[in-house]
Amino acid sequence: MKEYFRNIYQAIATILIGMGVTLRHLFTRAVTIQYPHVKRELPSRSRQKLFVNMDDCIGCLQCARACPVDCITIENIKAGKDEDLGVTSNGQKKRMHVIKFDIDMAKCCYCADCVFPCPTECITMTPDYEFATYDRGDLLVHFSQYSAEEAEALRERDRKEKAALAAAKEAKLKAAAQAAEKKDKKDN
Amino acid sequence: MDATVAFFYDLIPALSNLPDWLSYTIIGAVLTVGAFLFIAVFALIGIWLERKISGHMQDRLGPMEVGGWHGWAQTIADTVKLLVKEDIIPEKADKFLFKFAPFIMFTASMAAFAALPWSARFIPANLNVGLLYILSVSSLVVIGILMGGWASNNKWSLYGAMRSAAQMISYEIPVALSLIVALLLTGSMDMQEIVRGQAGGIFNWNIFGYFPLLFIAFIIYFIASLAEVNRTPFDLPEAESELVAGFMTEYSGMRWAFFMLAEYANMFVVSAISTTVFLGGWQPIAPFLDFIPGPFWFLGKALFLVLIQMWLRWTLPRLRVDQLMYTTWKVLTPFSFALILLVSFIKVL
Repeated sequence: MKEYFRNIYQAIATILIGMGVTLRHLFTRAVTIQYPHVKRELPSRSRQKLFVNMDDCIGCLQCARACPVDCITIENIKAGKDEDLGVTSNGQKKRMHVIKFDIDMAKCCYCADCVFPCPTECITMTPDYEFATYDRGDLLVHFSQYSAEEAEALRERDRKEKAALAAAKEAKLKAAAQAAEKKDKKDN
Repeated sequence: MDATVAFFYDLIPALSNLPDWLSYTIIGAVLTVGAFLFIAVFALIGIWLERKISGHMQDRLGPMEVGGWHGWAQTIADTVKLLVKEDIIPEKADKFLFKFAPFIMFTASMAAFAALPWSARFIPANLNVGLLYILSVSSLVVIGILMGGWASNNKWSLYGAMRSAAQMISYEIPVALSLIVALLLTGSMDMQEIVRGQAGGIFNWNIFGYFPLLFIAFIIYFIASLAEVNRTPFDLPEAESELVAGFMTEYSGMRWAFFMLAEYANMFVVSAISTTVFLGGWQPIAPFLDFIPGPFWFLGKALFLVLIQMWLRWTLPRLRVDQLMYTTWKVLTPFSFALILLVSFIKVL
């Protein structure tokens, strides 16, 4: 009997205590924020979207090699002997036309392994995290400053140069072979 | 009905020139539409309020976007969504019962509005057994729930419906008994008579009669009525986390909305009954506040009780089935019997 009344007393008391707690929380400030309208400032070192400062990129491919998921694709064309592409902000000479620098953010695993090897500190993680797209293909970010035509022209130039080099090499080899043959005949 | 008809004749004298059958039909139709509109608006505001309260009690903000100011149009947007939603009826369901269940439940809860006293002059149907009528009509709700659960042909829905039947049948006893305690005081089942007996300020209300006996009766009625309308902590028939909304699982679109409407209408009806029987109905808190019209007091008190229902919902966890049965059969029922005995004994003395 005592147990029975104690049960009832405890039920009422604990319900009142609980109601007090919820009443107190009814008037405390909400801990949530209205996200799209109010945003929390992320720390500057937070690892979100990748950014490449192409003015500083020397096309050394170290970031592409460091990437564990192969999300960085770089295509370089060697600069000509008389071409001057300028220097980077830390004084390195730029020797390559970086005609393609694509980062597929859909593949990126945000490890920042590409950031550390960069000799000119041009590839960085930024705190920008709002880059959702309607198509997965749109997550492929193009950083190269060369337009498609310029890149194609440079590729064409490179192809011609290589072809000329190859032709020259072949001609040289041929000449050498002919010289050797002549020598052989002479010897015989 | 006579008082209501006189009220309407006073309001629009042209009505009294019409033949009786026509004016009665017009008055009835207007009252029905009025009650439906009231339920709809109350549900709109109630659901929004419930979401805001639950949000703030959990240190969140609740809906904030739709309509501008604190998301006031959220439930309107939800209603539009429900209206255009596909009405899915399961293939193996009992089609007729399935379609009919929400309407039975809604009709039962709306019928109770007929006997609520809104002010000294306005009560849709002035029955001399008003309280008995409301009690009997509101127990029809369980038939709607059972029909819905059975016709869905889903074992969880049936579980929910069976739980609801067991719960409502058990809790109707303390509901009726605790109301009898108040009826001993007023000596009438006429809703207006009950309210009139509580005139003259807050300390003449039934809740303070034979203090604290009637207060305990009020608490018992409040707890039992929570179980009657399937609110937390007695929401076992719905039990979102175990039965996935119980008898409502298979419903969608407007049929589901009617269940929801009925739930909120029931919330208001039980609050209105406790307002009428225990809190003095349309009587003001103090006699000098008489100039404020009755509906304000009636609505204010009922909404206050609705708020407490919401407050409790976001405070307490759901009871187990055995705890549910323990509460009604071993605590509420014996206590209300003891109260009846005590009050009648005191009255005889």
